[in-house]
Amino acid sequence: MSTRPPYNTADPRPVVPILEPGHTYASVTDKISAIVLTRPTSLGWVAGFALTFTLVMVLTVAVAWLFAQGVGIWGINIPIGWGFAIVNFVWWIGIGHAGTLISAILFLLNQQWRTSINRFAEAMTLFAVACAGLFPLLHTGRPWMAYYMFPYPSTMYLWPQFRSPLIWDVFAVSTYGTVSLLFWGVGLIPDLATLRDRAVTKPKQIIYGMLAMGWRGSARHWHRYQSAYLLLAGLATPLVLSVHTVVSFDFAIAIVPGWHTTIFPPYFVAGAIYSGFAMVLSIAIPLRKAYDLEDFITMRHLENMAKVMLATGLIVAYGYFFEYFMSIYSGQKFDLYLTKMRFHGPYSHFYYMLILCNILTPQLLWIRKVRTNVPALFVMSLVINTGMWLERFVIVVISLTRDFMPSAWGRYSATIWDYATFAGTLGLFTMLLFLFVRVLPAISIAEMRELVRHTSGEHE
Amino acid sequence: MEHRSHVYGVVAEFETAEQLLHAAEKVRLAGYGAFEAYTPFPLEGLAEAMALGRNAVPLITLLGGLLGGLGGFGLQYWVSVIAYAENIGGRSLNSWPAFIPVTFEMTVLGASLAAVFGMLALNGLPRPHHPLFNVQRFAKHASTDRFFLCIEATDPKFNLSESSRFLKSLSAANVSEVEDD
Repeated sequence: MSTRPPYNTADPRPVVPILEPGHTYASVTDKISAIVLTRPTSLGWVAGFALTFTLVMVLTVAVAWLFAQGVGIWGINIPIGWGFAIVNFVWWIGIGHAGTLISAILFLLNQQWRTSINRFAEAMTLFAVACAGLFPLLHTGRPWMAYYMFPYPSTMYLWPQFRSPLIWDVFAVSTYGTVSLLFWGVGLIPDLATLRDRAVTKPKQIIYGMLAMGWRGSARHWHRYQSAYLLLAGLATPLVLSVHTVVSFDFAIAIVPGWHTTIFPPYFVAGAIYSGFAMVLSIAIPLRKAYDLEDFITMRHLENMAKVMLATGLIVAYGYFFEYFMSIYSGQKFDLYLTKMRFHGPYSHFYYMLILCNILTPQLLWIRKVRTNVPALFVMSLVINTGMWLERFVIVVISLTRDFMPSAWGRYSATIWDYATFAGTLGLFTMLLFLFVRVLPAISIAEMRELVRHTSGEHE
Repeated sequence: MEHRSHVYGVVAEFETAEQLLHAAEKVRLAGYGAFEAYTPFPLEGLAEAMALGRNAVPLITLLGGLLGGLGGFGLQYWVSVIAYAENIGGRSLNSWPAFIPVTFEMTVLGASLAAVFGMLALNGLPRPHHPLFNVQRFAKHASTDRFFLCIEATDPKFNLSESSRFLKSLSAANVSEVEDD
């Protein structure tokens, strides 16, 4: 979309391209569409799918038992009413944020390196939002009555309480899911047309043909398409910032010690992007290896993502520091006590693990050798995702176990069903990704052609 | 269809984007109005070469956003002040700051839906079939690596042999007739 050079040419180090040279419109099209159309299903794919499908079956059993018995099968009880369900909800929704950041914010900032990673990052967003949405739904205890949360003219003359952050959350998450789907769907239309035209079997031609809606690449269509895409990017940008802000309001508006702070919205958003980029790396590294996409997802992409992780990780570290500082500075005994509990309480090992995973380990990313070492980056991405999960655990559980009155203190430990549900959503997320790479182009073909034109134009 | 009276137009194929940009400009300057270019990716400069001007998608998006935002706030106002007014310690019923998050979300939702469905409607999609798909090379290459330009028969200046010759003179790799059906 721009003629600006995609990298800083003043940098004396050798520049790693965002697209290996020598590619043409036809070669990028062939390579990406072949993954879907002609490549035989590999044994690795079948094994991965089987494993993740098994986890989805675990989820089904856990959810069925939950419906039969109620939320009592989980480890939650008063005072800890928000256990794994809310920890997992916040974790999953945060992961989704990187997809929108890559597809919308980097698009508006004209970052060409986003091109080969935006499609699967958007898919990741959708699947993460789907997993996230499950948890509050199941946590309601009576998920078949979840429609009570939407404003509709009921025979009971009841309406939702619009002054509650929990209702804001319903609107924020459902809007986020819908807009992410639209953004992803619009991006897919030209590629579905390519698949329609290249498919050789009748069923594929018909299915992709229906999904492509008759797209034929007309200049007038592209003209409106680009307007719509740009506007969607502009709309998704404040939206993604609002979603985790609203999620943080679920905590910040309550008066529980450790929750009632104004730093929560920005620090939740930074944490969301941090964990999301870690998840994009966890997906990109095996994906480029399995489907030989090293030409498209180059070292530059991995290094850039590592830099984003380092930067957002530092913002998160700043957030932790200020939580600590404000509790000391406030002189409030409940806040002080909570901080003491984080360091010395029954869950202090979670807090120390969190500092190790989220603050100390990622400092290795300052070293270029680490940023360009693929296995090290993969391990780092898993460590950061673990760290971000622990962060939510620390926020949710430690605060609830130690609020104002000692008579209301309690302990929390997850049950086998908590773990089964969490593992199940990990399986669901990965299974959907496995299906996605086999039936839809994991990299935007039309945008890669555009990149071919821009990069070849520069060499002329 | 033995009686081949229906001609949709004549389509030319170009190997490079530059040739298409050049041809689009020439066709427009030759006085043709009903012509369309087809590219495998959004081509910078093509809208200008064809003098497409502005499109209505931004306006539709704005209207969708306004509708969503006003509808979202209106709903909350109606629920909290009229339909289900609850006096909680004398706090004001129209507590508008608390209504901002949902109003914002509804604005974004309305605008996004309007942008996508407005774009599809203006483009006349879904439309599974189009006469151009009758041209084999178009169906095979238009969504991959070639650039096409079609002068449509509805243009008053259209003449099958003359328009074909004109397109050939614009360094087209291939020129073929498009049958209507």
